Amino acid sequence: MSTSDSSPPSAPAGTSPGRRGLIAFSWVWVGAPLAYGLYELVRKATQLFTG
Amino acid sequence: MSPPIAPPGWSRWLVPPAALSVHLSIGQAYAWSVFKPPLESALDLSGTQSALPFQLGIVMLGLSAAFGGTLVERNGPRWAMTVALICFSSGFLLSALGAATEQYWLIVFGYGFVGGIGLGIGYISPVSTLIKWFPDRPGMATGIAIMGFGGGALIASPWSAQMLESFGSDSSGIALAFLVHGLSYAVFMLLGVLLVRVPRSEKPVASGPSAYEGVQVSARNAVRTPQFWCLWIILCMNVTAGIGILEKAAPMITDFFADTSTPVSASAAAGFVALLSAANMAGRIVWSSTSDLVGRKNIYRLYLGAGALMYALIAWVGDSSKPLFIVCALVILSFYGGGFATIPAYLKDLFGTYQVGAIHGRLLTAWSTAGVLGPLIVNWIADRQEEAGKSGEALYGTSLIIMIGLLAIGFVANELVRPVHARHHVPAPKEAEDVHERQQSA
Repeated sequence: MSTSDSSPPSAPAGTSPGRRGLIAFSWVWVGAPLAYGLYELVRKATQLFTG
Repeated sequence: MSPPIAPPGWSRWLVPPAALSVHLSIGQAYAWSVFKPPLESALDLSGTQSALPFQLGIVMLGLSAAFGGTLVERNGPRWAMTVALICFSSGFLLSALGAATEQYWLIVFGYGFVGGIGLGIGYISPVSTLIKWFPDRPGMATGIAIMGFGGGALIASPWSAQMLESFGSDSSGIALAFLVHGLSYAVFMLLGVLLVRVPRSEKPVASGPSAYEGVQVSARNAVRTPQFWCLWIILCMNVTAGIGILEKAAPMITDFFADTSTPVSASAAAGFVALLSAANMAGRIVWSSTSDLVGRKNIYRLYLGAGALMYALIAWVGDSSKPLFIVCALVILSFYGGGFATIPAYLKDLFGTYQVGAIHGRLLTAWSTAGVLGPLIVNWIADRQEEAGKSGEALYGTSLIIMIGLLAIGFVANELVRPVHARHHVPAPKEAEDVHERQQSA
Protein backbone atom coordinates (compact mmCIF):
# COMPACT_ATOMS: atom_id res chain seq x y z
CA MET A 1 0.00 0.00 0.00
CA SER A 2 0.35 2.40 0.82
CA THR A 3 -0.28 5.48 -0.30
CA SER A 4 -3.00 7.10 1.40
CA ASP A 5 -3.03 10.74 0.62
CA SER A 6 -1.57 13.55 2.58
CA SER A 7 -3.90 16.17 1.17
CA PRO A 8 -6.85 17.68 3.07
CA PRO A 9 -10.21 15.88 3.23
CA SER A 10 -11.73 18.00 0.48
CA ALA A 11 -9.33 16.84 -2.22
CA PRO A 12 -7.78 13.51 -1.44
CA ALA A 13 -5.73 12.42 -4.41
CA GLY A 14 -5.94 8.81 -5.55
CA THR A 15 -9.25 8.24 -3.78
CA SER A 16 -12.18 6.71 -5.65
CA PRO A 17 -15.41 8.76 -6.01
CA GLY A 18 -17.16 6.35 -3.63
CA ARG A 19 -14.54 6.95 -0.98
CA ARG A 20 -14.77 10.70 -1.54
CA GLY A 21 -18.48 10.46 -0.84
CA LEU A 22 -17.76 8.45 2.29
CA ILE A 23 -15.23 11.05 3.44
CA ALA A 24 -17.74 13.86 2.89
CA PHE A 25 -20.51 11.91 4.64
CA SER A 26 -18.35 11.06 7.64
CA TRP A 27 -17.22 14.67 8.11
CA VAL A 28 -20.81 15.93 7.84
CA TRP A 29 -21.86 13.23 10.35
CA VAL A 30 -19.55 14.65 12.99
CA GLY A 31 -19.51 18.25 11.75
CA ALA A 32 -23.27 18.88 11.89
CA PRO A 33 -23.75 18.24 15.64
CA LEU A 34 -20.53 20.12 16.35
CA ALA A 35 -21.82 23.11 14.37
CA TYR A 36 -25.03 22.99 16.42
CA GLY A 37 -22.98 22.96 19.64
CA LEU A 38 -20.84 25.87 18.46
CA TYR A 39 -23.94 27.86 17.46
CA GLU A 40 -25.42 27.39 20.93
CA LEU A 41 -22.06 28.30 22.46
CA VAL A 42 -21.80 31.56 20.51
CA ARG A 43 -25.36 32.46 21.54
CA LYS A 44 -24.45 31.94 25.18
CA ALA A 45 -21.06 33.62 24.96
CA THR A 46 -22.57 36.84 23.63
CA GLN A 47 -24.27 37.22 27.02
CA LEU A 48 -20.85 38.19 28.40
CA PHE A 49 -21.03 41.38 26.36
CA THR A 50 -24.77 41.99 26.52
CA GLY A 51 -25.75 40.52 29.91
CA MET B 1 -9.81 -9.80 17.76
CA SER B 2 -7.33 -8.64 15.12
CA PRO B 3 -7.13 -4.96 14.27
CA PRO B 4 -8.99 -3.95 11.07
CA ILE B 5 -6.39 -3.39 8.33
CA ALA B 6 -7.16 -0.64 5.81
CA PRO B 7 -7.81 -1.89 2.26
CA PRO B 8 -5.61 -0.44 -0.49
CA GLY B 9 -6.44 3.19 -1.23
CA TRP B 10 -8.20 3.76 2.09
CA SER B 11 -7.99 7.47 2.92
CA ARG B 12 -6.48 8.43 6.23
CA TRP B 13 -8.96 11.33 6.33
CA LEU B 14 -11.64 8.80 7.27
CA VAL B 15 -9.92 8.13 10.56
CA PRO B 16 -10.38 11.56 12.26
CA PRO B 17 -14.19 11.49 11.84
CA ALA B 18 -14.17 7.94 13.23
CA ALA B 19 -12.28 9.24 16.26
CA LEU B 20 -14.52 12.30 16.52
CA SER B 21 -17.69 10.21 16.53
CA VAL B 22 -16.43 8.55 19.71
CA HIS B 23 -14.93 11.62 21.38
CA LEU B 24 -17.89 13.90 20.62
CA SER B 25 -20.11 11.29 22.28
CA ILE B 26 -18.12 10.57 25.41
CA GLY B 27 -17.48 14.30 25.86
CA GLN B 28 -21.12 14.37 27.02
CA ALA B 29 -19.73 13.57 30.48
CA TYR B 30 -18.90 17.23 31.02
CA ALA B 31 -22.56 18.12 30.47
CA TRP B 32 -23.78 15.88 33.31
CA SER B 33 -24.67 18.99 35.33
CA VAL B 34 -27.75 19.42 33.09
CA PHE B 35 -29.26 16.31 34.75
CA LYS B 36 -28.42 17.36 38.31
CA PRO B 37 -31.32 19.72 39.17
CA PRO B 38 -34.07 17.48 37.70
CA LEU B 39 -32.62 14.41 39.43
CA GLU B 40 -32.39 16.28 42.73
CA SER B 41 -36.05 17.30 42.62
CA ALA B 42 -37.41 14.05 41.13
CA LEU B 43 -35.52 11.65 43.42
CA ASP B 44 -35.03 13.96 46.42
CA LEU B 45 -31.23 14.02 46.24
CA SER B 46 -28.62 16.42 47.61
CA GLY B 47 -26.16 18.20 45.32
CA THR B 48 -23.38 15.86 46.49
CA GLN B 49 -25.48 12.78 45.70
CA SER B 50 -26.47 13.99 42.25
CA ALA B 51 -22.78 14.54 41.39
CA LEU B 52 -21.93 10.88 42.17
CA PRO B 53 -22.54 9.42 38.67
CA PHE B 54 -20.21 12.02 37.11
CA GLN B 55 -17.53 11.60 39.77
CA LEU B 56 -17.57 7.81 39.52
CA GLY B 57 -17.51 8.16 35.73
CA ILE B 58 -14.31 10.26 35.84
CA VAL B 59 -12.68 7.84 38.29
CA MET B 60 -13.59 4.93 36.00
CA LEU B 61 -12.28 6.90 33.01
CA GLY B 62 -8.84 7.14 34.64
CA LEU B 63 -8.84 3.53 35.84
CA SER B 64 -10.06 1.94 32.62
CA ALA B 65 -7.68 4.04 30.50
CA ALA B 66 -4.78 3.07 32.75
CA PHE B 67 -5.58 -0.64 33.02
CA GLY B 68 -7.28 -1.14 29.65
CA GLY B 69 -4.61 0.56 27.54
CA THR B 70 -2.66 -2.61 26.85
CA LEU B 71 -5.85 -4.43 25.81
CA VAL B 72 -6.65 -1.57 23.44
CA GLU B 73 -3.17 -1.86 21.89
CA ARG B 74 -3.51 -5.63 21.55
CA ASN B 75 -7.05 -5.79 20.17
CA GLY B 76 -7.04 -2.63 18.08
CA PRO B 77 -9.20 0.46 17.74
CA ARG B 78 -12.35 -1.26 16.44
CA TRP B 79 -12.50 -3.51 19.48
CA ALA B 80 -11.92 -0.51 21.75
CA MET B 81 -14.57 1.61 20.03
CA THR B 82 -17.05 -1.28 20.22
CA VAL B 83 -16.41 -1.66 23.95
CA ALA B 84 -16.76 2.10 24.38
CA LEU B 85 -20.03 2.12 22.43
CA ILE B 86 -21.51 -0.79 24.39
CA CYS B 87 -20.46 0.55 27.80
CA PHE B 88 -21.33 4.20 27.20
CA SER B 89 -24.68 3.40 25.65
CA SER B 90 -25.55 0.70 28.21
CA GLY B 91 -24.71 3.17 30.95
CA PHE B 92 -27.50 5.43 29.70
CA LEU B 93 -29.93 2.53 29.26
CA LEU B 94 -29.28 1.33 32.82
CA SER B 95 -29.74 4.90 34.02
CA ALA B 96 -33.05 5.05 32.15
CA LEU B 97 -34.17 1.93 34.02
CA GLY B 98 -32.92 3.46 37.27
CA ALA B 99 -34.84 6.69 36.70
CA ALA B 100 -38.02 4.87 35.62
CA THR B 101 -37.98 2.68 38.75
CA GLU B 102 -36.61 5.49 40.95
CA GLN B 103 -33.60 3.36 41.92
CA TYR B 104 -30.84 5.96 42.09
CA TRP B 105 -28.09 3.40 42.74
CA LEU B 106 -28.77 2.02 39.26
CA ILE B 107 -28.08 5.46 37.75
CA VAL B 108 -24.81 5.71 39.70
CA PHE B 109 -23.80 2.21 38.64
CA GLY B 110 -25.01 2.59 35.05
CA TYR B 111 -23.75 6.05 34.13
CA GLY B 112 -20.80 6.12 36.54
CA PHE B 113 -19.39 2.60 36.54
CA VAL B 114 -20.46 1.04 33.22
CA GLY B 115 -20.51 4.33 31.30
CA GLY B 116 -17.21 5.36 32.92
CA ILE B 117 -15.48 2.30 31.44
CA GLY B 118 -16.78 3.48 28.06
CA LEU B 119 -15.29 6.92 28.72
CA GLY B 120 -11.81 5.58 29.46
CA ILE B 121 -11.61 3.02 26.68
CA GLY B 122 -13.25 5.44 24.22
CA TYR B 123 -10.84 8.24 25.12
CA ILE B 124 -7.72 6.25 24.29
CA SER B 125 -9.26 4.15 21.48
CA PRO B 126 -8.24 6.30 18.48
CA VAL B 127 -5.00 7.86 19.79
CA SER B 128 -2.50 5.22 18.72
CA THR B 129 -4.25 4.69 15.36
CA LEU B 130 -4.30 8.40 14.56
CA ILE B 131 -0.60 8.74 15.33
CA LYS B 132 0.16 5.79 13.02
CA TRP B 133 -1.92 7.32 10.20
CA PHE B 134 -0.43 10.80 10.66
CA PRO B 135 3.25 10.29 11.56
CA ASP B 136 3.94 13.59 9.82
CA ARG B 137 1.33 15.51 11.88
CA PRO B 138 0.65 13.62 15.11
CA GLY B 139 -0.15 16.77 17.08
CA MET B 140 -2.84 17.85 14.63
CA ALA B 141 -4.34 14.35 14.40
CA THR B 142 -4.69 13.78 18.13
CA GLY B 143 -5.70 17.44 18.53
CA ILE B 144 -8.74 16.84 16.30
CA ALA B 145 -9.87 13.83 18.34
CA ILE B 146 -9.26 15.34 21.74
CA MET B 147 -10.93 18.57 20.63
CA GLY B 148 -13.98 16.34 20.13
CA PHE B 149 -14.02 15.50 23.84
CA GLY B 150 -14.33 19.24 24.56
CA GLY B 151 -16.93 19.60 21.82
CA GLY B 152 -19.06 16.78 23.22
CA ALA B 153 -20.24 18.89 26.13
CA LEU B 154 -21.08 21.79 23.81
CA ILE B 155 -23.44 19.52 21.90
CA ALA B 156 -24.89 17.61 24.85
CA SER B 157 -25.51 20.56 27.11
CA PRO B 158 -28.19 22.36 25.01
CA TRP B 159 -29.44 19.07 23.51
CA SER B 160 -30.04 17.41 26.90
CA ALA B 161 -31.61 20.58 28.30
CA GLN B 162 -34.05 20.78 25.38
CA MET B 163 -34.90 17.11 25.77
CA LEU B 164 -35.69 17.50 29.47
CA GLU B 165 -37.83 20.51 28.64
CA SER B 166 -39.81 18.44 26.13
CA PHE B 167 -40.10 15.19 28.14
CA GLY B 168 -40.49 16.81 31.54
CA SER B 169 -38.19 16.87 34.56
CA ASP B 170 -39.97 14.16 36.55
CA SER B 171 -38.53 10.65 36.84
CA SER B 172 -40.30 9.34 33.71
CA GLY B 173 -39.13 12.35 31.68
CA ILE B 174 -35.56 11.84 32.86
CA ALA B 175 -35.81 8.11 32.06
CA LEU B 176 -36.99 8.88 28.54
CA ALA B 177 -34.17 11.40 28.09
CA PHE B 178 -31.59 8.80 29.23
CA LEU B 179 -33.10 6.25 26.85
CA VAL B 180 -32.89 8.61 23.86
CA HIS B 181 -29.31 9.52 24.82
CA GLY B 182 -28.28 5.86 24.99
CA LEU B 183 -29.78 4.96 21.62
CA SER B 184 -28.62 8.13 19.85
CA TYR B 185 -25.05 7.84 21.05
CA ALA B 186 -24.96 4.16 20.04
CA VAL B 187 -25.94 5.08 16.46
CA PHE B 188 -23.56 8.06 16.39
CA MET B 189 -20.56 6.08 17.68
CA LEU B 190 -21.25 3.27 15.23
CA LEU B 191 -19.65 5.38 12.50
CA GLY B 192 -16.34 5.17 14.36
CA VAL B 193 -16.61 1.40 14.76
CA LEU B 194 -17.33 0.93 11.07
CA LEU B 195 -14.78 3.41 9.70
CA VAL B 196 -11.71 2.93 11.84
CA ARG B 197 -8.80 1.09 10.21
CA VAL B 198 -5.13 0.66 11.00
CA PRO B 199 -2.69 1.49 8.18
CA ARG B 200 -1.48 -1.40 6.02
CA SER B 201 2.11 -0.27 6.07
CA GLU B 202 4.50 1.60 8.29
CA LYS B 203 4.40 4.48 5.81
CA PRO B 204 0.79 5.59 5.41
CA VAL B 205 1.97 8.62 3.43
CA ALA B 206 4.27 7.70 0.57
CA SER B 207 6.42 10.80 0.93
CA GLY B 208 6.13 11.02 4.71
CA PRO B 209 7.95 9.45 7.62
CA SER B 210 7.44 5.90 8.86
CA ALA B 211 5.05 5.39 11.76
CA TYR B 212 7.76 3.34 13.46
CA GLU B 213 10.55 5.84 12.95
CA GLY B 214 12.76 6.46 15.97
CA VAL B 215 12.81 4.68 19.30
CA GLN B 216 10.09 2.27 20.44
CA VAL B 217 9.38 1.67 24.12
CA SER B 218 6.81 -0.72 25.61
CA ALA B 219 4.22 0.56 28.11
CA ARG B 220 5.76 -1.61 30.80
CA ASN B 221 9.18 -0.04 30.25
CA ALA B 222 7.82 3.47 29.78
CA VAL B 223 6.45 3.74 33.33
CA ARG B 224 9.94 2.89 34.60
CA THR B 225 11.51 5.89 32.89
CA PRO B 226 11.91 9.37 34.42
CA GLN B 227 10.53 10.79 31.16
CA PHE B 228 7.11 9.23 31.83
CA TRP B 229 6.95 10.77 35.29
CA CYS B 230 8.15 14.15 34.01
CA LEU B 231 5.26 14.11 31.54
CA TRP B 232 2.93 12.95 34.32
CA ILE B 233 3.93 16.00 36.40
CA ILE B 234 3.64 18.33 33.39
CA LEU B 235 0.11 17.11 32.58
CA CYS B 236 -0.98 17.12 36.20
CA MET B 237 0.29 20.68 36.83
CA ASN B 238 -1.10 22.09 33.59
CA VAL B 239 -4.52 20.50 34.12
CA THR B 240 -4.64 21.51 37.80
CA ALA B 241 -3.98 25.13 36.84
CA GLY B 242 -6.67 25.13 34.14
CA ILE B 243 -9.33 23.13 35.95
CA GLY B 244 -9.04 25.44 38.96
CA ILE B 245 -10.40 28.28 36.82
CA LEU B 246 -12.76 26.19 34.72
CA GLU B 247 -14.55 24.61 37.64
CA LYS B 248 -15.17 27.91 39.44
CA ALA B 249 -15.30 30.30 36.49
CA ALA B 250 -18.76 31.79 37.04
CA PRO B 251 -18.45 32.55 40.78
CA MET B 252 -14.83 33.61 40.25
CA ILE B 253 -15.56 36.38 37.72
CA THR B 254 -18.60 37.46 39.75
CA ASP B 255 -16.60 37.67 43.01
CA PHE B 256 -13.59 39.26 41.33
CA PHE B 257 -15.53 42.29 40.13
CA ALA B 258 -18.22 42.38 42.85
CA ASP B 259 -16.67 45.40 44.59
CA THR B 260 -16.10 47.39 41.39
CA SER B 261 -18.24 49.86 39.47
CA THR B 262 -18.84 47.21 36.77
CA PRO B 263 -20.05 44.04 38.55
CA VAL B 264 -20.69 40.92 36.45
CA SER B 265 -24.30 39.69 36.16
CA ALA B 266 -25.26 35.99 36.33
CA SER B 267 -25.99 35.83 32.58
CA ALA B 268 -22.68 37.55 31.74
CA ALA B 269 -20.90 35.03 33.98
CA ALA B 270 -22.61 32.21 32.04
CA GLY B 271 -21.35 33.82 28.83
CA PHE B 272 -17.84 33.89 30.31
CA VAL B 273 -18.05 30.16 31.06
CA ALA B 274 -19.15 29.49 27.46
CA LEU B 275 -16.27 31.55 26.14
CA LEU B 276 -13.84 29.56 28.29
CA SER B 277 -15.22 26.32 26.81
CA ALA B 278 -14.58 27.72 23.33
CA ALA B 279 -10.99 28.62 24.27
CA ASN B 280 -10.50 25.16 25.77
CA MET B 281 -11.70 23.51 22.56
CA ALA B 282 -9.84 25.83 20.18
CA GLY B 283 -6.62 25.36 22.17
CA ARG B 284 -6.81 21.62 21.63
CA ILE B 285 -6.60 21.84 17.86
CA VAL B 286 -4.63 25.09 17.41
CA TRP B 287 -1.82 24.54 19.93
CA SER B 288 -1.56 20.83 19.28
CA SER B 289 -1.18 21.46 15.53
CA THR B 290 1.36 24.21 16.26
CA SER B 291 3.40 21.68 18.23
CA ASP B 292 4.05 19.79 14.96
CA LEU B 293 5.89 22.89 13.75
CA VAL B 294 7.66 24.19 16.87
CA GLY B 295 8.24 20.94 18.76
CA ARG B 296 6.64 19.43 21.82
CA LYS B 297 9.09 20.75 24.39
CA ASN B 298 8.74 24.33 23.13
CA ILE B 299 4.96 24.25 23.10
CA TYR B 300 4.89 23.04 26.74
CA ARG B 301 7.33 25.85 27.59
CA LEU B 302 4.63 28.16 26.24
CA TYR B 303 1.74 26.42 28.07
CA LEU B 304 3.54 26.40 31.39
CA GLY B 305 5.67 29.57 31.18
CA ALA B 306 3.13 31.88 29.54
CA GLY B 307 0.38 30.24 31.61
CA ALA B 308 2.20 31.24 34.81
CA LEU B 309 2.64 34.73 33.36
CA MET B 310 -1.12 34.98 32.70
CA TYR B 311 -1.89 33.98 36.30
CA ALA B 312 0.67 36.55 37.51
CA LEU B 313 -1.02 39.24 35.38
CA ILE B 314 -4.43 38.41 36.88
CA ALA B 315 -2.96 38.57 40.39
CA TRP B 316 -1.09 41.81 39.65
CA VAL B 317 -3.80 43.76 37.82
CA GLY B 318 -6.54 42.42 40.11
CA ASP B 319 -10.02 43.85 39.58
CA SER B 320 -8.84 46.96 37.77
CA SER B 321 -9.20 45.52 34.25
CA LYS B 322 -12.02 43.20 33.27
CA PRO B 323 -10.87 42.77 29.63
CA LEU B 324 -7.40 41.75 30.80
CA PHE B 325 -8.88 39.25 33.26
CA ILE B 326 -11.00 37.72 30.50
CA VAL B 327 -8.14 37.55 27.98
CA CYS B 328 -5.77 35.97 30.51
CA ALA B 329 -8.39 33.38 31.53
CA LEU B 330 -9.05 32.54 27.88
CA VAL B 331 -5.34 32.07 27.17
CA ILE B 332 -4.96 29.86 30.28
CA LEU B 333 -7.91 27.70 29.18
CA SER B 334 -6.53 27.40 25.65
CA PHE B 335 -3.26 26.15 27.19
CA TYR B 336 -5.26 23.73 29.36
CA GLY B 337 -6.88 22.23 26.26
CA GLY B 338 -3.62 22.31 24.35
CA GLY B 339 -1.87 20.42 27.16
CA PHE B 340 -4.39 17.59 26.89
CA ALA B 341 -4.23 17.38 23.12
CA THR B 342 -0.46 17.59 22.71
CA ILE B 343 0.50 14.96 25.28
CA PRO B 344 -0.08 11.92 22.99
CA ALA B 345 2.28 13.41 20.40
CA TYR B 346 4.85 14.15 23.13
CA LEU B 347 4.57 10.50 24.21
CA LYS B 348 5.03 9.40 20.60
CA ASP B 349 8.19 11.52 20.30
CA LEU B 350 9.68 9.95 23.43
CA PHE B 351 8.36 6.37 23.37
CA GLY B 352 7.44 5.79 19.72
CA THR B 353 4.15 4.47 18.34
CA TYR B 354 4.59 0.87 19.51
CA GLN B 355 2.36 1.10 22.62
CA VAL B 356 1.63 4.82 22.72
CA GLY B 357 -2.08 4.27 23.41
CA ALA B 358 -1.36 2.15 26.47
CA ILE B 359 1.23 4.65 27.74
CA HIS B 360 -1.27 7.46 27.20
CA GLY B 361 -3.84 5.52 29.21
CA ARG B 362 -1.45 5.21 32.14
CA LEU B 363 -0.59 8.90 31.93
CA LEU B 364 -4.25 9.87 32.26
CA THR B 365 -4.03 9.10 35.99
CA ALA B 366 -2.44 12.58 36.11
CA TRP B 367 -5.77 13.95 34.88
CA SER B 368 -7.69 12.15 37.61
CA THR B 369 -5.29 13.56 40.21
CA ALA B 370 -5.57 17.08 38.78
CA GLY B 371 -9.36 16.76 38.68
CA VAL B 372 -9.31 16.45 42.46
CA LEU B 373 -6.41 18.87 43.15
CA GLY B 374 -7.49 21.88 41.06
CA PRO B 375 -11.01 22.40 42.39
CA LEU B 376 -9.86 21.45 45.91
CA ILE B 377 -7.20 24.18 45.99
CA VAL B 378 -9.43 26.95 44.62
CA ASN B 379 -12.55 26.03 46.62
CA TRP B 380 -10.77 25.35 49.91
CA ILE B 381 -8.81 28.60 49.81
CA ALA B 382 -11.84 30.66 48.75
CA ASP B 383 -13.87 29.17 51.64
CA ARG B 384 -11.10 29.90 54.17
CA GLN B 385 -10.75 33.50 52.93
CA GLU B 386 -14.50 33.98 53.12
CA GLU B 387 -14.49 32.70 56.70
CA ALA B 388 -11.74 35.22 57.42
CA GLY B 389 -14.13 37.98 56.28
CA LYS B 390 -12.53 38.67 52.91
CA SER B 391 -14.43 39.26 49.68
CA GLY B 392 -13.98 40.06 45.98
CA GLU B 393 -10.65 39.30 44.36
CA ALA B 394 -9.05 38.69 47.80
CA LEU B 395 -10.80 35.29 47.83
CA TYR B 396 -8.57 34.05 45.00
CA GLY B 397 -5.18 35.77 45.53
CA THR B 398 -3.56 32.81 47.29
CA SER B 399 -4.95 30.33 44.74
CA LEU B 400 -3.43 32.34 41.91
CA ILE B 401 -0.01 32.28 43.56
CA ILE B 402 -0.30 28.50 44.10
CA MET B 403 -1.23 28.01 40.43
CA ILE B 404 1.88 29.97 39.37
CA GLY B 405 3.95 27.70 41.61
CA LEU B 406 2.39 24.55 40.13
CA LEU B 407 3.03 25.74 36.59
CA ALA B 408 6.63 26.52 37.54
CA ILE B 409 7.02 22.92 38.78
CA GLY B 410 5.61 21.71 35.46
CA PHE B 411 8.01 24.01 33.58
CA VAL B 412 11.01 22.52 35.42
CA ALA B 413 9.74 18.98 34.73
CA ASN B 414 9.51 19.84 31.03
CA GLU B 415 13.11 21.11 31.06
CA LEU B 416 14.20 17.79 32.59
CA VAL B 417 12.75 15.73 29.70
CA ARG B 418 15.53 13.99 27.78
CA PRO B 419 15.48 11.21 25.16
CA VAL B 420 14.74 7.79 26.64
CA HIS B 421 17.83 5.68 27.44
CA ALA B 422 18.57 2.89 24.98
CA ARG B 423 18.15 0.18 27.64
CA HIS B 424 14.39 0.83 27.60
CA HIS B 425 14.03 0.54 23.81
CA VAL B 426 12.50 -2.43 22.06
CA PRO B 427 14.55 -3.35 19.00
CA ALA B 428 12.22 -3.02 15.99
CA PRO B 429 8.50 -3.35 15.26
CA LYS B 430 8.63 -7.07 14.43
CA GLU B 431 10.90 -7.91 17.32
CA ALA B 432 8.86 -5.60 19.51
CA GLU B 433 5.82 -7.77 18.90
CA ASP B 434 7.79 -10.79 20.08
CA VAL B 435 9.02 -8.96 23.15
CA HIS B 436 5.47 -7.86 23.88
CA GLU B 437 4.15 -11.39 23.57
CA ARG B 438 6.91 -12.68 25.84
CA GLN B 439 6.04 -10.00 28.38
CA GLN B 440 2.38 -10.95 28.24
CA SER B 441 3.07 -14.63 28.75
CA ALA B 442 5.66 -13.99 31.49
